[in-house]
Amino acid sequence: MSETQITEAELHAYVDGALSVARSAEIEEYLAGHPEDAARVAAYREQLAALRREFNPVLDEPLPRRLQVPRGSWMRWLPRVAAVMAWITLGGAIGWQLHAYNSTSSRSEGTAWARRAAIAHAVYSPEVRHPVEVGADQEAHLVAWLSKRLGTQLKVPHLGNLGYSLVGGRLLPGERGPVAQFMYQDGKLQRLTLYVRINPDERSESAFLFAQEQGVGVFYWLDRKLGYALSGAVDKGELLRVATAIHGQLNP
Amino acid sequence: MSDHESLITQHIPRLRRYARALTGERSAADDLVQDTLERALSRFHLWRQGSDLRAWLFTIMHNIYVNQIRSRIRHPHEPLDESAAEEMRSREPDWGELRDLEEALARLPAEQRSVLLLVGLEQFTYDEAARVLDIPLGTVMSRLSRGRERLRVILSGDARTTTLKVVK
Repeated sequence: MSETQITEAELHAYVDGALSVARSAEIEEYLAGHPEDAARVAAYREQLAALRREFNPVLDEPLPRRLQVPRGSWMRWLPRVAAVMAWITLGGAIGWQLHAYNSTSSRSEGTAWARRAAIAHAVYSPEVRHPVEVGADQEAHLVAWLSKRLGTQLKVPHLGNLGYSLVGGRLLPGERGPVAQFMYQDGKLQRLTLYVRINPDERSESAFLFAQEQGVGVFYWLDRKLGYALSGAVDKGELLRVATAIHGQLNP
Repeated sequence: MSDHESLITQHIPRLRRYARALTGERSAADDLVQDTLERALSRFHLWRQGSDLRAWLFTIMHNIYVNQIRSRIRHPHEPLDESAAEEMRSREPDWGELRDLEEALARLPAEQRSVLLLVGLEQFTYDEAARVLDIPLGTVMSRLSRGRERLRVILSGDARTTTLKVVK
């Protein structure tokens, strides 16, 4: 037994084709004199082949609808709820109806992010188990975390006097970087979400803008450093009442 | 920036293949893929541009899978050691002939199955597998070795003999 030492790890590297040609040749030489190890190596190679035979066909299976992520509709595959499926059929072609004042220069920009806010609402508000990443019981942590990620100090409005309690919040990817979403619910578990993002034009402010599609209404506005979008499947008057309260709290 | 869904889309078939082999069930596998995609998209900003997206996605899937196992065995704070992994094998087949590959895979501890599939099916290098699973390289090698040997024994029908020979 004057041959080179072969480790177990090397036998596997040999099976996986991860060794140099020279070392592989040495292993082959070793295996020629060790039938037991040679049989093991042969069995491991057969395992690899069997695994690939068995599971490679999965690569060619058509994707079920729930796993499809078509371009440009980043949330399309998420839906577990009909509300979201309804968004899909809208596609990009159908315009987002604006029912309120809008400045012409920021029209497309404004509608795009309001639409993202509404989609995020439709996706997360029906969620039973994981509606938020950080719950209201850790409100200080939630605010500190999201403030850090957005790069500016956030304030989370309290809507208790309107009958809505904070559920918590989560971080979302936005068009221009991280976005915060706070979720509220009332006693009947009706949920509203407040989507907060950085305002690219820090100085601008806007009036309340309103958009509505598929039963989800959105009031959105710019307030210097931040843009806010309040979404909910409630009537417009109720949504405006809450939006006004939020705006008031953020601008005491 | 808006291209990230198409970047991720490329990897879905591979994620499905791995999940299928890992869980052994079509619907459980697709649930796992769906959870992985959701988490990947919601945390896409955490992916370092230029780093290996495939490895990042598999890491996410691995973490979700491990958490599912942990919650299933109701020992949420226990590390996933071999005995715990043994315990979670809820799909324990009948003690009969076990030549079927899927059944044999199901009888491996999850930690060995993961290594075996990442290396064998996904063809990750040992280093990449170590990073995905967040374990040392030596642990990858020992799990690979034990997993392959165990699979060999199971497939050869000699399920009661589980002695492992190690060449040093």
